[in-house]
Amino acid sequence: MPNKKFDYDKYLRKNTLPHIWCPGCGDGIILKSLIRAIDKCGYSKDDVVITSGIGCASRLPGYVDFNTIHTTHGRALTFAVGIKMYKPRLKVITVSGDGDALAIGGNHFIHAARRNIDITMIVFNNYTYGMTGGQSSPTQPLGTFSTTTPFGSVEGPFDVCNLAQAAGATWVGRSTSYHAVQLEKFIVNALNHKGFSVLDVITNCHISYGRRNKMKSPVEMIHYQKDKAVNVRSSENIAPENMAGKFKTGILYENKGAQEFSEEYYKVLNAVKIK
Amino acid sequence: MTKNIKLMQGNEAVAEGAIIAGCDFFAGYPITPSSEVMEQLSSKLVKLGKVCIQMEDEIAALGAVLGAALGGAKALTASSGPGMSLKAEHIGYASMCEIPCVIVNVMRGGPSTGLPTLPAQGDIMQARWGTHGDHAIIAITPSSVNESLYETIRAFNLAIKYRTPVLILTDEIIGHMREKVVIPNKEDIKEILDVKLPDVPPEKYFPYNYTSGKVTSLAPMGEGYRYHVTGLIHGETGFPSQKTDVIQNAQKWLYDKIYKNIKDIEKFEEFQTEDADILIFAYGSVSRSARQAILMARSAGIKAGLFRPITIWPFPEERVSSLSKKIKKIIVPEMNMGQAVLEVQRNACGSDVYGLNVVNGEPITPDTIYYKIKEVAGA
Repeated sequence: MPNKKFDYDKYLRKNTLPHIWCPGCGDGIILKSLIRAIDKCGYSKDDVVITSGIGCASRLPGYVDFNTIHTTHGRALTFAVGIKMYKPRLKVITVSGDGDALAIGGNHFIHAARRNIDITMIVFNNYTYGMTGGQSSPTQPLGTFSTTTPFGSVEGPFDVCNLAQAAGATWVGRSTSYHAVQLEKFIVNALNHKGFSVLDVITNCHISYGRRNKMKSPVEMIHYQKDKAVNVRSSENIAPENMAGKFKTGILYENKGAQEFSEEYYKVLNAVKIK
Repeated sequence: MTKNIKLMQGNEAVAEGAIIAGCDFFAGYPITPSSEVMEQLSSKLVKLGKVCIQMEDEIAALGAVLGAALGGAKALTASSGPGMSLKAEHIGYASMCEIPCVIVNVMRGGPSTGLPTLPAQGDIMQARWGTHGDHAIIAITPSSVNESLYETIRAFNLAIKYRTPVLILTDEIIGHMREKVVIPNKEDIKEILDVKLPDVPPEKYFPYNYTSGKVTSLAPMGEGYRYHVTGLIHGETGFPSQKTDVIQNAQKWLYDKIYKNIKDIEKFEEFQTEDADILIFAYGSVSRSARQAILMARSAGIKAGLFRPITIWPFPEERVSSLSKKIKKIIVPEMNMGQAVLEVQRNACGSDVYGLNVVNGEPITPDTIYYKIKEVAGA
C-alpha cells in the first residue's frame, strides 16, 4: 500500500507545476514511481542526473529536483553517456518516449546497450507520438491506427525488451502504468543494477492513441494494460499463438556479472595513467 | 630556457593545444581529414587520466561532449564536412543552453561527401548559420600548424568565458601538413581559464542571466547546484518560458554576449597594409599564399597588403570598414564560391571588392593571387 506520509515535495519542483500532461495520462504514475524508487535507493539529490529527449515523457525532468537535462530529440542517452563517463560517481537516469528512444534515438539506444554503461533507461511506451498529435511510432502494434497510418499499421513494431537484450543491455524489464507497485519495485531493481538497465513501461495516451483505437478513456487504456499484461512466469505455460496481442511483464533478463563500461574504462585509464 | 620545438601535423597540434588548455573530455567519430585529432587524444588524453571516447555517430559525439561539459569538463570534439552537418543540431543546443565546448572542423570539399581528402573553405557560412534559429557564434581560422595549437588554447578560454560553442576551422592542408611547432612552457601561456563553481551558494544560483551583461558561470552538475537545462527558450532559472519579454531577452542575450564583447573576441593580423593600394582579405591556408603574392606584387611595384582574420566570427567589421576607407580595392581569395567575400562587401562600403574563387580541390597558389592583383591593379 502506498505510504501516505511519503514526502513528494522533497523531490518535486512545485514552481514548475502543473505539468503539461493531459488528465488521465500514465506519465504521472511513472513520475510518482520514479520518485519513490529514487527515495528508496537513498540517493542524494545532488548525485542524480536525469536526461531526456523530446516529447511528453521527456518533460519529466523539469518537474523533479535533481540535475536535469532536457536535451534534443532522441539524444538523451548521448548526454547521459558524456556525463557518466566524466563523473562516473553520478547516478544517471534517462527517460524517453518510444519514438524518442527507438526511432530518432535508436542508434544511441543500441550503442548504450552494447557498451553496457551504468545508466537506467526508462521508456515511456505509449505506442504513439503524443505531443505532435498521434503519429505512428516504432512500437505501434500491427493493425492499429494513427494519424499517419489511417488505414492501419502494416509495419511490425519493436519489442523494446528483446531489442535491448539483443543489443547488450544487462537488465531488462517491463511493467505498465497500471502495475504501479510493481513498477516502483522494478525501477528500484533497475537503479540498483550495475550496467545498462532498460525498463519498458507500457503507458496510456488515450488522447492521441486510444481515441483512434477504441479506447478513448484512460480507464479503457488501463484495462488494456491489465488485460494484455502476462507475467513472465505465467507466460511460460502459454503457447506463443495465444500470446498474440499480449505482452510479457516482469524482469525479463538480468546479467549481474557483465563488465560495465565506465568502470572498465577507468580501470584502463588508471593503469596507463602517467604517475 | 630552451625552446621545445617539434615537427607535427595540424591535427596533432590541435590535440596538443587541447591538452595544454586542460581539456578533460573528448568524444568523436572517425572522419577524414580530422580523425588524427581523436587518434592522438585516444592515447595522450587517457595517459593524463582523462576521457577520450569514440561514439556511435557525429551527433552522439557532440551530445557526449555537452553532457560532460555540463558535468564541468573542458570538452572537445573534431569533425569535418558531413560530420559538421550532423553536429549542427547540438551546436544549436550548446548555443541555446550556453554550454562551453570546442568543435574543430577540418574543412574538406563539399557539399555532401564531396572531397574527403582535399581542402576547401566551404564551411565559413555554415559555421555562422549552420544550426537553425538566431544565435551568435565564435569561429577561429588558424593559418599554420603552430597557430592551430595556440588558437585551440584560446578557443577553450573563449568557450568558458562566454559559455558558448567555439569552432576552430582549419582545412585539410593545415590539418595534414607537418610544420614546426613551438610547444609553450606553462609560464609562456598568458591565460588558461578553468571551470569554477559559482560564487554564490546553490539557493541563490541562477544558471542564466540575460540583463546584467555579465556571463553567469555554469555550475558543474553533481556539485550541489541542482538546476534544469533545456533547449526550449528558458528564463534565468533555466525553466521553459513563453513570456514575450523573457523570449526577447533570452534571444538578444545570445547575440549581445558575443557582439558586445567583440573587441575581446576578435583577432586579426595585418601585413603591409599601411601604404597598400590593394588589400587581400585572406584566412586559413590561403592567407599564406596571399602573403607570398603580396611580396611578388611589391617587387613588381604594386603596393598590396594583407588583412588576415584569425577570429572570423564574429566578423571583424570595424577594421574591415576602416581599412576600406583608405584602400579602395579589396581581393578576397577563398577556396569556395564566395563566402567571406559577402561579409567584406557588406562592411567595405565604397571599395571595389573582387572575389577569387578556386574550388578544384587544389590550394590557391601565390601565382594565382598575384595575377589577380595585377589584373585588379590595372583595372
